[in-house]
Amino acid sequence: MSDLVVWSICLPLLGAAATFVGPGRLAPAVGGAFALATAVTGAMVTWLVYDGGVMRHELGGWGAPLGVELYVDGLNVFMLGMTAVVALAISVASLTYFGVRDHAASGPGRWSSAGGYWPVWLTLWASMNLAFASADLFNLYIALELVGLSAVALMLIGRDTQVLTAAMRYLLASLMASLGYLLGVAMLYARYGTLDLYLIGAQLTGEPATWMAMALMSVGLFVKTALFPLHFWLPPAHSSAPGPVSAILSALVVKVSFYLLLRLWFVVFADLLSPTFGQVVGVLAAGAIVGGSVQAILQRRLKLLIAYSTVAQLGYMFLLVPLTIPYGGSEAWHGGAWSGGMYHMLSHALAKSAMFLAAAAVLLSVGSDRIRHFRGMAHELPVATFAFALAGVSLMGLPPSGGFVAKWFLVSAAIETGQWWWAVVILGGGLLTAAYIFMVIRYAFLPPSPPAFKPVPKLLQATAMVLALLAVLIGLRAVEPFALLEMGTPFVEAAHVGTHQGEVAE
Amino acid sequence: MNWAYWLPLLILFSSLGTGIAIFFLDEDQVLVRTVLNLAGAVVKLLLTVLVFVGMLTGVAYETRLPIVPGFELLLRVDAISILFMSLSAVLWLVTTVYAVGYLEGSPYRSRFFGFFSLCVTATMGIALAGNLLTFFIFYEMLTLATYPLVVHRGTRSALLAGRNYLFYTLTGGALFLAGIIWLKLLTGETDFAVGGILSDFVDSHAWSLRVMFVLMMAGLGVKAALVPLHGWLPQAMVAPAPVSALLHAVAVVKAGAYGIVRVVYEIFSTPVAYELGLLGPLAVLASVTIVYGSVRALMQDDLKRRLAFSTVSQLAYITLGTAIVGPLASVGALVHLVHQGLMKITLFFCAGNFAETLHVHKVSEMHGIGRRMPWTMAAFTVGALGMIGLPPMAGFVSKWYLGLGALAAEQGWVVGVLIVSSLLNAMYFLPIVHVAWFRSPAGPWDERMPEARWETRMMLLAPAVTTALLSVAAGVFAASPISPLAVAEIIAGRLYEGL
Amino acid sequence: MMDQATIYAMAAVIVFCFALWGLISYAHLIRKIMALNIMGSAVFLFFGAMTRRGEPETTDPVPQAMVITGIVVAVAATAFAISLAKAIHRRTGQLRLPEERDA
Repeated sequence: MSDLVVWSICLPLLGAAATFVGPGRLAPAVGGAFALATAVTGAMVTWLVYDGGVMRHELGGWGAPLGVELYVDGLNVFMLGMTAVVALAISVASLTYFGVRDHAASGPGRWSSAGGYWPVWLTLWASMNLAFASADLFNLYIALELVGLSAVALMLIGRDTQVLTAAMRYLLASLMASLGYLLGVAMLYARYGTLDLYLIGAQLTGEPATWMAMALMSVGLFVKTALFPLHFWLPPAHSSAPGPVSAILSALVVKVSFYLLLRLWFVVFADLLSPTFGQVVGVLAAGAIVGGSVQAILQRRLKLLIAYSTVAQLGYMFLLVPLTIPYGGSEAWHGGAWSGGMYHMLSHALAKSAMFLAAAAVLLSVGSDRIRHFRGMAHELPVATFAFALAGVSLMGLPPSGGFVAKWFLVSAAIETGQWWWAVVILGGGLLTAAYIFMVIRYAFLPPSPPAFKPVPKLLQATAMVLALLAVLIGLRAVEPFALLEMGTPFVEAAHVGTHQGEVAE
Repeated sequence: MNWAYWLPLLILFSSLGTGIAIFFLDEDQVLVRTVLNLAGAVVKLLLTVLVFVGMLTGVAYETRLPIVPGFELLLRVDAISILFMSLSAVLWLVTTVYAVGYLEGSPYRSRFFGFFSLCVTATMGIALAGNLLTFFIFYEMLTLATYPLVVHRGTRSALLAGRNYLFYTLTGGALFLAGIIWLKLLTGETDFAVGGILSDFVDSHAWSLRVMFVLMMAGLGVKAALVPLHGWLPQAMVAPAPVSALLHAVAVVKAGAYGIVRVVYEIFSTPVAYELGLLGPLAVLASVTIVYGSVRALMQDDLKRRLAFSTVSQLAYITLGTAIVGPLASVGALVHLVHQGLMKITLFFCAGNFAETLHVHKVSEMHGIGRRMPWTMAAFTVGALGMIGLPPMAGFVSKWYLGLGALAAEQGWVVGVLIVSSLLNAMYFLPIVHVAWFRSPAGPWDERMPEARWETRMMLLAPAVTTALLSVAAGVFAASPISPLAVAEIIAGRLYEGL
Repeated sequence: MMDQATIYAMAAVIVFCFALWGLISYAHLIRKIMALNIMGSAVFLFFGAMTRRGEPETTDPVPQAMVITGIVVAVAATAFAISLAKAIHRRTGQLRLPEERDA
């Protein structure tokens, strides 16, 4: 059954090849079919792990420490499942989005967007799944680099100057970051002679080379995750890309490097994490929440606003670090903070993709993303407006939504461990979020004025609505995801490392 | 089928489903929308009656939905919830009729009625909430569902009011949430229970409990419009009249007052709160609010603003009753929860009728209006006299019990506050009544509905008269076994059973 | 005291830092792309330094495999970056990102 993990990587790759080679007009159909198959596979892997526990798969029969091993536990499939749901929805939305857009833009020499979109998108999806399934530092580098390159390539579906420069900046940042990561990998390999996350974690010692590797890899991944103040590339990139691509970048791509950071910190460098380290990350996170939100409030264009909101929301996810690390006399990792942070990531993925798709619908309709042009949106585009508002509810962390459950656990952890200042940041950040969400909603309720709204495909709005509803509904039933997160989280890794070392000894 | 499990959910769904269905209706499907609205309201009322009867015969209605381990949605019917549920169900039906009449021909009605239903759903959820977490979920849902109603007209002042409303309520909500989470961490539970859940922690965590209480009151006080957290309420008057009626009588402000009742009685319990020294300051705050609201009301010429400040004042009676130890004061607080709703909604209906029919918005324009619109003015008079607390109106019953309770608790100064407030009430209501009946109009009325057979549209008049009659009935028949007073006495009996 | 591998590794780190400085401080896109390539080479140098280590000195094949893979990635990324730079040049007539100047 563990072959399914491999299929979740190979299927989208096959799909990418098929849509690349095949005739362009068939690309949406073929790509859509492969997207569906990939999503189903991802969902099945998630279900299998939820049902049957941690899975491992040795590619070509070569095990660790030499071979490339795929390792799947609760955290992996949480990411895999999240990607499956969000990516499928975005695929559906892009079916209609690019159809309409290509129809509208008939300039000479313009390639069929859909023809270019599908191969790149499916490659990106495959790379993300590869990143989630790998337990090997170098393999992760490859995945990371593929994610970065295909994400930049995906942006280029939109072809105006803004997109080009934003893509270039993103590419440079991304390459720089992954080289930093790679140098860290080299240092770890020099010191420990293996690339397996768990094997290194088990024998880690705190000496200069390890510290340096940790610093290099962390900062590299900070850049990729756009953690404040290294977020310079994110707002232009996420705001200038075409609608569905923005959704992909904001909802999924930044989560890959975030996931990787967590794996590194809590598996490889777990012994080096100290309360001080946690507080430092916490300060950056708080900076992201406040700085990102204030920037979002200052924006006058919708997509930039949403992009800055991503910067802020990433801060919430990073807050799980200071809250999870033992603090104030406690000995154990705080599992509640961990689950809360991860749940925040899930609800953000759903809500943010909904928001960008809703924005895409509005942009198609209004032809501008200046917020002041949205007067009367609530009446003209009720579904898109409602989707935006619902997604906003989740981002604000108001009940009942996934964001609320996450906030509950994060604030609980903050109070429980005596770090009440993070509770203040989280609750205050929610208010800042409300400020920029309602800044948009406000215009929607004004009486309409010209420019007139053009009709938008219903499917695009409906997809946004479904995602937004999901972001809210996961706040009403979180038992299963939380159970999933507890399967082989970094804190119950002892058993796994034990078997590994046993194998090495043989 | 387990009815005791599903009924609370059904009650929620009767308005939630209606709301969602209405969103999908086109603007001009007036008939379908009206039928849906009324059907939803009637079904909810019937279900509430069913639950009421069931509870009297001893059925325990309870729904538990786990969200994550140790964290569940709990809907439960007890006497306090019945009180609030009945009020909301009855007034929703009446207000729906009124709103259909009021909004005839105005734009965006599907959106309006959709959010209106969501608003009632949230109120019902608040009434049914069996623990603080569930309470909070519906409390915030109410904030969100009301926002579109407040800004419905889309004018600059409406948007400004909406922004202030959100600022106050969301900030309060964040503080409230911090209090709840802290409480949960300390005690491990947040279920409402007679006798409170904190008696074991009074000695060990006195200061934590005090801070928690302040945090929660900050959240609840915003909606209950306790001074100095009341700023949003008079501004929210820009909303259409049915919204003001619902906001002031049932949904938003009542949710705050209801939350204060729940938290004081069933999280802290009166003895614990008293021991921690929390009730004294709360009583003082409530008294200040009562007097301040009345004084401000006195200074308003705009009728709806006068009523709004009157709400600030009247609501604080509930808080005041809660803050006085003793069963009589509790009866006064609980019964005022219902009585204030009936009287205030009558007044707002009437204010809406004046505005819609004759374009009268100010007290100074009301000379002789009783001759042109005798029925509406009669209803208004009933509401106003009730607010002042003249027997046999409902308001008298509330004030009587509050006064008795204060004397029983040896807090004579509260009686003084009640007397001063009643005088102020009289000062800002009686002149209206006087000029409306006994002065002659300044000129011809600015008729908006000349073709009406009655003094105004039937759908506007009937609700006002109905609620006026109800508020008289609640006073006159206070001794009957199904009156609000009887239910309040049952609740107070239970609360003070073991003491 | 300091063996050969360590010297190579230190050299690699120094080159990496210089290249990083170049990447950040130059606005010209081709220079930036070259800086990235030098960073990559520094990392490969580091890997190369690791192939010979331990006593007795044996050759570890894994870093070699990684370097080869890394070079493939670097070539692809460079090609992509250059084509993007060309597109920007075609569109704006400049080989720099807007709002960036030479340090």
